[in-house]
Amino acid sequence: MTKYILFALIVVSSNYSFAQQVDSTLLKQTPVDSVKERAMNMDAVYNRPFLQLGKSPVSLGGYIEANYEYIGEDGITEGHSFRIPRMTLFVASSIHRKIKFLSEIELEEGGKEIAIEFAALDINIHPLLNLRGGVVMNTSGAFNQNHDGPKWEFVDRPVAMTEMLPATWSNVGFGLYGKQFKNEWAFGYEVYLTNGFDNSIINNDENKTFLPASKTNAERFEESSNGEPLLTGKIAIKNDKIGEIGLSYMGGIYNTHQEDGLMLDTKRRLDVFTIDFNTTLPKLNTYIVGEWAWISLDIPFTFTQQYGDRQRGGFMDIVQPVLKREILGFENVTVNIACRLEYVDWNVGRFRETDDNMGEHLWAIVPAVSLRPSPQTVLRLNYRFMQQTDILGNPPVTTAGIQLALSSYF
Amino acid sequence: MKINPIISLAIVFILGVNTISCENIIPEAPADEDVLDGAIEGLSTAGQARFLSGDEAFGEIFFSGNGLGPLFVANSCGSCHVGDGKGHPFTTLTRFGQTRANVSPNLEIGGPQLQNRAIPGYTPETIPKGVPFMKFTPPAVTGLGLLAALTDRQILDNADPNDINDDGISGVANYITPPDYFIPRWYHQCVNGKYIGRFGKKAATIDLLQQTVGAYNQDMGITTTFEPVDQASRLTIDPEVTDQTVRDVIFYLRTLKARIQRSTDNARVLTGKQIFSDINCSSCHRPEWTTPLSDIPALSNKTFYPYTDLLLHDMGSGLDDGATEGSAETYEWKTPALWGLGLSPDAQGGEFYLMHDGRARSIEEAILIHGGEAQDSREAFQNLDVYEKEAILKFLESL
Ligand code: HEC
Ligand code: HEC
Repeated sequence: MTKYILFALIVVSSNYSFAQQVDSTLLKQTPVDSVKERAMNMDAVYNRPFLQLGKSPVSLGGYIEANYEYIGEDGITEGHSFRIPRMTLFVASSIHRKIKFLSEIELEEGGKEIAIEFAALDINIHPLLNLRGGVVMNTSGAFNQNHDGPKWEFVDRPVAMTEMLPATWSNVGFGLYGKQFKNEWAFGYEVYLTNGFDNSIINNDENKTFLPASKTNAERFEESSNGEPLLTGKIAIKNDKIGEIGLSYMGGIYNTHQEDGLMLDTKRRLDVFTIDFNTTLPKLNTYIVGEWAWISLDIPFTFTQQYGDRQRGGFMDIVQPVLKREILGFENVTVNIACRLEYVDWNVGRFRETDDNMGEHLWAIVPAVSLRPSPQTVLRLNYRFMQQTDILGNPPVTTAGIQLALSSYF
Repeated sequence: MKINPIISLAIVFILGVNTISCENIIPEAPADEDVLDGAIEGLSTAGQARFLSGDEAFGEIFFSGNGLGPLFVANSCGSCHVGDGKGHPFTTLTRFGQTRANVSPNLEIGGPQLQNRAIPGYTPETIPKGVPFMKFTPPAVTGLGLLAALTDRQILDNADPNDINDDGISGVANYITPPDYFIPRWYHQCVNGKYIGRFGKKAATIDLLQQTVGAYNQDMGITTTFEPVDQASRLTIDPEVTDQTVRDVIFYLRTLKARIQRSTDNARVLTGKQIFSDINCSSCHRPEWTTPLSDIPALSNKTFYPYTDLLLHDMGSGLDDGATEGSAETYEWKTPALWGLGLSPDAQGGEFYLMHDGRARSIEEAILIHGGEAQDSREAFQNLDVYEKEAILKFLESL
C-alpha cells in the first residue's frame, strides 16, 4: 500500500479523487490499461487529476507553484525573493470513445510568458497504435514527459533536463504511440515527426550551446526553420516490481541551411540520446529516479569552441518516505526526506589551442524535506549547493541557499 | 510522546528562516585581495551605478543576432579578460602585416588583426603567406584608470632613449598617429601630430577609448560610431553598440580597482621586494606612481603600485616577432604591469601563460626569457642563490 502511495506521489501523481470526479473513459487509454498501476512516464499527460463539470465531456485541471528563495552566489545575494515560476492549465475533452484531446498551457513567471506545452488530438486505433497530432511534447527523456511540479520533491527542476535538454520542448507535428502489456511487464513506444530546432542553439547570449534557445522562436508553430523534420522517439519497458527504464532519441538537421533556394550553410545535425529510469526499493520504499542525456551536434569548425559540440548531464533523486499518517484531518499525510544530485557538462571536449579539457560544467547537491498533506499537494524545503566552472576551468562559482515552495494541482 | 510532523516541519522552517538572518547559508565571498574585479574605493553612488552598467556591457555576449562578426576572435570583452584578469591561448589574438615601424597597417591583406573565427556560413581570415605576425595573450584590465590618469610628462620623465644614465636600459615612448575621434586632454602632449601610446603590448593605443572601440571592432566585429568599418566587408555599417555603452565600458575600466597586494608584511616577500629593486627589475617595472588631479575624485592624487614604466624596451632577439605597431620596433615591448601577477592562474584556467604571447608557463620562465635591455637584470636573477630566488618569486606571486 505504501508503495502504491509513493508511486502515486511521484510518478503518476494521484488518483485520489478520480473516482468521483473524472470521466474515466478520458483517462483510460486502452481498455486493458488500468491507469492506476500500469501508467508509464508516457502516460503522464493524461494521468493528472481533472475536475469535470457536470456531465460535460470536458474536464479541467492544472497546477500552480509558488516559491520563496534566499540564494547567494559567492557572497552576493539578491536577498529574499518570492515568485510564481509557473501556473499550468489543462483542458481535456473526450470527443469520442476513441478520440480525445488535451491541451496544456503554461503561464510562466506570473504571465510574462505564455506557452502551449501540449495541444494534441489522440485517436486510438489499437492499444499498440494510437495517432497523435498537434502540438506534441518531444519525448526527450522522462522528466519532460512527466514534469508537473506537484510530482516532485524539489523546488527547481533539474538543470540538465530543463536547460541542457529544453524543458517541456514541444512542437507541431504528428506521431504514433502505443503500449503492450504482458503479466507484470509493460512496453511502450512513441515516435513523432515535428518541426525542430534552429540556428539559435549555437547563436545565443548564453555563451554556450543551448538547446532551449529555440523555445523562444514562436515561429516554429507556424513553419519549420529549415524544412527538415525533427525525429523524436522513445521506447520504455516497465516491470511492476522492478521499475521503468526508457531510451529516447531526438535528432535531425537543426540549422537554416537554405532559404528561398539560396544556400546559406551546409546541413548540420543534432542528436540527443537520453536514458531514464525509476524504481522503488522493496521494503524501504525508497524511490529512486534518474536520467542522463548526451547531446552532440555539428558546429562549423571555424566558429568558436565557446559553443560546444557535445554536452552531457543528468540527475538522480532519492526520496525516502519517513512518515505517513493522519494529521489534523488530513488522512494521508506523507513526509519525505530526499536528495538530488545533478551534473551538467555544457562543453565536452578539449581546446584546440592547448589540448586541455574545456570546463563549463556544474554540479549540485540538493537535500530536501517534503510534506504532502494530500498526494496532490506538496510543501518542500530544499537546500541547494551548486558549483559552476567557466570554460577555462577557473575556480568555480558557488551558489547556495534555501528554497521553499508550495506546489499543487487544483 | 508523539511528535506532530506539521509542527516539526514548522520548526524546521523556522530554524531555516533563522539561519537566513545569520546569512551563513550563503557561500562566502572571496576576500577582496583574492579577486581582481570590484570598483575603486570612494566611488559615488552614481559612479557605482555607472560602474555596474559598464560591467554589464563588458560581460555582454555577442552573437550574430546582436552583431557578432561576421568575422571575430571572441564574443565578449569578458571572455578574453576573464574576471578582468588575463586571457588564455583560446582567446589569444594575432596581429600581422606591419614589418616596419611608423607605417600604417596593410588593410588590403586583412590587417592589422587576424579574425580567425567566423559565424556559420562565413569564412574567417588567414594570414597571407610569409607575412610576419605576433600573438597577444589578453592582459588583465584592472587599475587602468590610474594609469590612464597619469600625464604624458610623468611617463616621459622616465624615458631615457639615449641611455644617458648608462644603466643599459633606455625606455622609449611609442608615438601614435591619433584616430580622428581622439580628443587630446590636458595631460596629453603632442609631438609632430602624434601622441604617446600607453595601452596594449606595444603601447599602440593612446587612451581607453581607442583601446575599447578597437577591441569592439577588431576582436568581436562590433562597429561603433568611432570605428564604423565592418571587418568582413571593409565598408561602414550602422553602429552595433551605442556611444553610451562605449562610455560606460570606459568608465568601468577607469574605475576597476587596482589589485591589492597580499602578504605585504611577510619577511620573505619583503626580502624579495628588495632584491627586485637591487637587480634592477624596478628600472622597467617601476613600482610607484601618483596620479595628478582627475575628473573622477576617487582617482585624484592616488599613489599606486603597478610595476610598469609604460615604456617600450628592446627585449632582445628572443622576443623579436618580426612585426610592429606605431613607432615600436619589432623587438620592443611595453613593460607590462605586474600587479595581479599572482592571481593570473585564477583567470588562465589554473596555469600561467605569461609574456605577450603566453609562451612563459611560470613566473621564473618569464624572467628567463628577458633579453636585450633586461639582459643584465636577468643574469643577476640567474646568479641569485636559491633562497633569494625563492624570495623574489614569492614577492612576485604576492602582487
Ligand atoms: C579576443 C580577445 C579580446 C577581446 C574580445 C577583448 N580584448 Fe582587450 N585585449 C586583448 C589583448 C590581446 C590585448 C592586448 C592588445 C594589444 O596589445 O593591443 C587587450 C588589451 C586591452 C586593454 C589594454 C590593457 C593594457 O594594460 O594595456 C584594454 C583596456 C582592453 N583590452 C579592454 C577591452 C574591452 C573593453 C573589450 C571589449 C570591448 C576587450 N578588451 C575585448 C584581448 C581581447
Ligand atoms: C628592460 C626592461 C625590463 C627589465 C629590466 C625587466 N623586465 Fe620584466 N618585462 C619587461 C617587458 C618589456 C616584459 C614583457 C615582454 C613580453 O611581453 O614579451 C616583461 C615581462 C615580465 C614578466 C611577465 C609579465 C606578464 O604578465 O606576462 C615578469 C614576471 C617580469 N617581467 C619580471 C621581471 C623581473 C623579475 C625582472 C628582474 C629580474 C624584470 N622583469 C626585469 C621589461 C623588463
